[in-house]
Amino acid sequence: MIPAAFDYHAPASLEEALDLLASHEDAKLLAGGQSLIPMMRFRLAEPGVIVDLGRVDGLAGIVEEEGGLWIGAMTRHADVEASDPVRVRYPLLHDAASVIADPIVRNRGTVAGSLVHADPAGDWGSVMLACRAELEVHGPDGERTVAMDDLFVTTFMTSLSPGEIVTGIRLPPAGERSGGAYEKLERKVGDFATVAVAARLELAGDGTCESAGIALTAVGATNLRAAEAEEALVGAEPDEEAIAGAAKAAAGASNPTADNRGSVEYKRDMVRVLTERALRRAAARARGEA
Amino acid sequence: MAETVPVKVTVNGAEHEARVEPRTLLVHFLRDDLDLTGTHIGCDTTNCGACTVLVDGVPMKSCTMFAVQADGHDLTTVEGLGVDGGGLEPIQQGFHEEHGLQCGFCTPGMMLVGKALLDRNPDPTEADIRKAISGNLCRCTGYQNIVKSIRHAAEQIRTGAAAGAEAGGGAA
Repeated sequence: MIPAAFDYHAPASLEEALDLLASHEDAKLLAGGQSLIPMMRFRLAEPGVIVDLGRVDGLAGIVEEEGGLWIGAMTRHADVEASDPVRVRYPLLHDAASVIADPIVRNRGTVAGSLVHADPAGDWGSVMLACRAELEVHGPDGERTVAMDDLFVTTFMTSLSPGEIVTGIRLPPAGERSGGAYEKLERKVGDFATVAVAARLELAGDGTCESAGIALTAVGATNLRAAEAEEALVGAEPDEEAIAGAAKAAAGASNPTADNRGSVEYKRDMVRVLTERALRRAAARARGEA
Repeated sequence: MAETVPVKVTVNGAEHEARVEPRTLLVHFLRDDLDLTGTHIGCDTTNCGACTVLVDGVPMKSCTMFAVQADGHDLTTVEGLGVDGGGLEPIQQGFHEEHGLQCGFCTPGMMLVGKALLDRNPDPTEADIRKAISGNLCRCTGYQNIVKSIRHAAEQIRTGAAAGAEAGGGAA
């Protein structure tokens, strides 16, 4: 299958890329291309102009800063998977990076490309919602920050304007007593999630939850934050009872549709099961047990 | 038609320069322009891995890359495997010895993924091998012999390296 014809630009700087977006109405950014190129082959997307970010320096990398983490927009999934600081301090990200698509796609697909693609079955959306991440966005009017809570509008649609470029993702510090986990149910490697759940916990000195992040993949029009489930955990000790309660609330927050991966009832119950598993592992990691 | 763009790539050690339409997929460039038909088109949906090539040593699906994105990069296709004089290199020897193929359609991708794994980690566990090939579909073998083939190649590389080190040590 051959994509429709387009004009190709490979800017060498961010400024040049922004100018190209400003001067071409039907321009589309190409990052890793692991979603865009299949869509172009199917003619689901027929952009007249492609602006390839592959030659812009400074957009890739993983940097620990002020206790937090900066992930460049063009950082490949495989680089997140292989990163030691990520594995040690942000196990939720490591978990997710290890189960996105398949290992070959992970060598090319990018974190920010996946995020702004805004597929509700995408894994990074839930991870970044659970982590309270922020996007660093450049546009014609300069730089701004977009909180993950404000990113998704609906399926394949974000609040970013067509002239803007995500340059990086900022994650808040992960404290000594923090932990996270990603649980994904998929029919086979490389398939989209039937259901997946991202969980992150930060424990206080007495073992209760100081903060909690829970977000759901493939069970709504966008990746969803399960706010009620989060609130149920804050101030509580993450024991079996609290985890079961939060998991039930997460299932209630999900809004799945039936397809060949499962019925509405099945998917909702899988949200409950996977939330329990993710919270158990997140709690164990936060306590330093795993 | 959109304007053509220049592409300069190194494929299996040889430099190639061409002008392509921007929409030309890397796999079509390799097969149709360079006549390197060992890289297969399987699913055309980024699922099967038959079109896998190494870009700067890293496996990528050449059906999910535009040729122009490979500009300036170093590519290895299945035609680039082998040793000078026509012999087989360890990953090929492994597939030969352990019957790692039946119809052979997935084999170029499987061997390149196996080679990239062993370049990084010459002593992989079975789990490492299975993970590495999990983006490549085989409809014949049930994967058992592919795993054995890669393990065979790993052993060959390790014993070869050990023999080389011994010989080097002796010479010094």
